[in-house]
Amino acid sequence: MKKICLVVVGIYIHLFAAFSQTTDSANYKPRKLKIDEINFVSSYYHQDGNNSAVTGGIGIESLHDYANILEVKLSKYDKYKYKHEWDGTIGIDYYTSASSDNIDPHTVSSPSHEDVRFYPSLTHTITNEKKDFSVGLTASYSIESDYQSRGIAANFTKTSHDKSREFSAKAQAYFDEVRIILPVELRNATTGGLYGAPNEHDYPWLHRNSYSSSFTLSQIVNQRFQLMLLFDLVYQEGFLSLPFHRIYFKDSSETTEHLPSTRFKIPIGLRANYFLGDRFIIRAYYRYYQDDWGLVAHTADIETPIKITPFFSISPFYRFYTQKGIRYFAPYREHVESDEYYSSNYDLSSFNSHFFGVGFRTMPPKGVFGIPEITMLELRYGHYITTNTLYADVITLNVRFK
Amino acid sequence: MILKNIRIPFVIIATTIALCSCVPVKEYQKSRLNDGEMELSSRQVQKTEQNFQSYREGASGANGGKTGGGCGCN
Repeated sequence: MKKICLVVVGIYIHLFAAFSQTTDSANYKPRKLKIDEINFVSSYYHQDGNNSAVTGGIGIESLHDYANILEVKLSKYDKYKYKHEWDGTIGIDYYTSASSDNIDPHTVSSPSHEDVRFYPSLTHTITNEKKDFSVGLTASYSIESDYQSRGIAANFTKTSHDKSREFSAKAQAYFDEVRIILPVELRNATTGGLYGAPNEHDYPWLHRNSYSSSFTLSQIVNQRFQLMLLFDLVYQEGFLSLPFHRIYFKDSSETTEHLPSTRFKIPIGLRANYFLGDRFIIRAYYRYYQDDWGLVAHTADIETPIKITPFFSISPFYRFYTQKGIRYFAPYREHVESDEYYSSNYDLSSFNSHFFGVGFRTMPPKGVFGIPEITMLELRYGHYITTNTLYADVITLNVRFK
Repeated sequence: MILKNIRIPFVIIATTIALCSCVPVKEYQKSRLNDGEMELSSRQVQKTEQNFQSYREGASGANGGKTGGGCGCN
């Protein structure tokens, strides 16, 4: 009898202890800074085509780009139980561009033919989980040989108490500078870049600023379906052309691209994700875009991840894009000097594009390749073609550590 | 002028959302919604794609990413 009593008391104490432990851990908020995740993204991009803007809308557009991004996410709770998150990113791109090489074809060493772009950014977000809102600030910087950008952004997010709806607003400003490197034949003693001139390596810089407001509203519709509405207002001012884009007029005379000094853009998007059955997911996206240069575009994107196992999925995707070009575009030798603005940049012409490919994603519970620190691995390949001869391939690898 | 022309797609999107009869979903019922593939935001692996698309196409934005800066291409 004594034995049974002791066992019952023992079980009771054990259960009590276990219950107490659960309650404590539920209220526990880690005050120490911890690493939430680390992402490493590496990609290779290659394109080619026959409408390079550097040579006035004709000529090769071959470009190779190797991009590497390292992102570290950290978090901690402060004494008021506010959650602080830091998202630090460093990106480095190395690219070679055959068309940029034609800025100065005699030297095959124009500043942009081979370049490195470095772009760090840091975001700090504070979340009040009791009141379901968060605020954040982002600072970013980007530099390459002929362009630099300083960015700042502030965002506010409010989530409904049942977490079924979320509204987010973001204000962004970018203060950019463009180095004015003219095509070699258009340089003179005052433009910089003229061989033998005192200012041969001293090019002027012009500013380009972008201001935007972004709004998103996401809504859970039911246990399988959720939607997100995205809406941006973007205003740009300053030097919005590129100085090394040549223009050849009908009479064979030559100048460089000249576009208005302001641009107002309005893109509106809708994302819809639906979990079909137990294995299929449909991710759909549509965007309408319009700006005051006359460019109107529609984008439709569908991706259907198939869950082969709960931890491995294959995602074929297809994206269709169509745009009506800006009113200032004309092909090689079709502009006349009396035009107020001119561009032979085919990125701003009327065309359709198709982008399709497949992605593979694995998130095994014991870690990728049995390494618990590697929580996710994703590989994605896409092929891009346009109706204006441009084609491209991009392959990206994302490895997530924890 | 711009605002006048975007009226049609805006009305379509607003109507789509308004017509959706949303039902309350409890936390324990969100197993499918919380799946990694159901994320509404763009994924890390799409960053490079979105970058080159914003350079090679005239349109950009409304994808939860950057709306300017960073490169002289656009």
